[in-house]
Amino acid sequence: MEYILIIISAVFVNNILLAQFLGTCPFLGVSNKVSTAAGMSGAVIFVMAIATLVTYLFQYYVLIPLGIEFMQTVAFILVIAGLVQMVEIILKKISPALYQALGIFLPLITTNCAVLGVAILVVSKEFAIGGDPHMLNMAQSVVYAAASALGFGVAMVLFAGIREQLDLANVPKAFKGTPIALITAGILALSFMGFAGLV
Amino acid sequence: MSKLSLLTKGIIKENPTFVLVLGMCPTLGTTTSAFNGFGMGLATLFVLTLSNVLISLVAKQVPDKVRIPVYIVLIAAVVTVLQLLMQAFTPALYATLGIFIPLIVVNCIVLGRAEAYASKNSVIDSTMDGIGIGLGFTLSLTVVGTIRELLGSASIFGIKLMDADGMLVFVLAPGAFIVLGYIMVLFNKLKSRIS
Amino acid sequence: MAKESSLKNMVFTLFIVCLVSSTLLGGAYALTKEPIEAANIAKVNSSISGVVPAFDNDPSKEIFTKELNGKSFNVYPAKKGGKIVGYAVESSTSAGFGGRIMLMVGFNTDGTIFNTSVLSHSETPGLGDKMVEGKSNFSVQFKGKNPADFKLAVKKDGGDVDAITASTITSRAFCDALVTAYKVFQLCIEDQTKNKNSNE
Repeated sequence: MEYILIIISAVFVNNILLAQFLGTCPFLGVSNKVSTAAGMSGAVIFVMAIATLVTYLFQYYVLIPLGIEFMQTVAFILVIAGLVQMVEIILKKISPALYQALGIFLPLITTNCAVLGVAILVVSKEFAIGGDPHMLNMAQSVVYAAASALGFGVAMVLFAGIREQLDLANVPKAFKGTPIALITAGILALSFMGFAGLV
Repeated sequence: MSKLSLLTKGIIKENPTFVLVLGMCPTLGTTTSAFNGFGMGLATLFVLTLSNVLISLVAKQVPDKVRIPVYIVLIAAVVTVLQLLMQAFTPALYATLGIFIPLIVVNCIVLGRAEAYASKNSVIDSTMDGIGIGLGFTLSLTVVGTIRELLGSASIFGIKLMDADGMLVFVLAPGAFIVLGYIMVLFNKLKSRIS
Repeated sequence: MAKESSLKNMVFTLFIVCLVSSTLLGGAYALTKEPIEAANIAKVNSSISGVVPAFDNDPSKEIFTKELNGKSFNVYPAKKGGKIVGYAVESSTSAGFGGRIMLMVGFNTDGTIFNTSVLSHSETPGLGDKMVEGKSNFSVQFKGKNPADFKLAVKKDGGDVDAITASTITSRAFCDALVTAYKVFQLCIEDQTKNKNSNE
């Protein structure tokens, strides 16, 4: 049951993008078409889930026992960078078609604040989803990461759909491009605020 | 490029927020007040400058294929130093800025400048470049933070301007997107008037 | 021109960079450890000094814990001239609208609430967060009230507390934290009387 609450909370109530602002750069850059948005989201879900799993284990089995929590930032980003490299190599071998489709997005995931952000959040904050505040265990952390990435994807796909329509509309010159995208994102964020208090 | 223009280009011509559209996450997440935006800007300036210095020092010794991981390690180290310093000397600001401090590591501006400029130029030039872009970023963040604080809490740098409450939406998530969008519109208009 | 990208060069460079960085970071950590500790203690002390009468001891050094319903609560005694003038109890409730609320509640030795201070919360800005001192008069109503005769429940629930408009859940949670703090305080007073009796 708690996993369902975690998923609802991460996708709607505390959407990683619309409520926590993580992942905005790719959001603005990649979301002009629904198909690219969907592809990028899939890659992000995959990387975020695995990255959170590995960094979680690293935090609790290496950093804390050795008392070197201050190395967290360096360790986590190296894990993520290495992971993305590995995913690229594996994907190239297993599914060249998918690799081609994702193109430039894969290396970009390394600098996606959402990936590093969620990895850090999961080992630093107590979560009060459907009960007393507590630190998430491994399974909950991975579910939370995957669900956050799903929320990122939902927001991106919704946004891409709106942007495809916006391209056909008569937008004033000064608003064209990023400004109107931001204002639209704001209205989307406003609508997601309606989910507050759901969990 | 003259040394002075290195410092000033970050303010208008190559403003990281409004022209290069980089570093959006902290711009949206830390500008709930003018002070927070200002603090975040300075923190990023610190990292930008130091990492530019370090990277321009070692760039010649680093084999091309490992340069990105090396740059990332150096940037992450600088960010960690910043984290420790802030925890010791500015704990309140550190708590407010929260997760966005370690996220400076993946701020596209930092790695971008390292790759595009610091790895190819002298230490002095790279330092100026880091400070210049950092100043531009600080300015943008402070501007966005001031507007959001004015509209959302009717105060500026913590000083209340009137007895009423502001329009709450501006210090919440949607307000961040909307304010930034409109500021960009104004910026675009300003640019097209000047050119 | 950058060095040639042979495997040996790459591994060597990466290794050196990591080694130097880790050493420098270890050094930075060792240097900042004490200032960070001092900053943490200063933070605790400033949250205590707002909620109890004037004291001249160092409450964070005399911290002790009390168990209530399986949970452990931090208590800081405030003393003047060696005599206890108040207790600051670090209380919490998970009944907040947005999750856990942590409160520092200061009691005089006679049980009246001296003052309260919100340590952390995730309540809605502009609504629930009005419980934070300075944002509304909500927290002021508890000053000088003794929970023995001031019922710590919102008026809607038959108590004496004026809730924040449109934020009943937050107000209820705040009262819940106060009730917990008072129970912990009573445990402290019990101890104090026991010690006094055993010393006579």
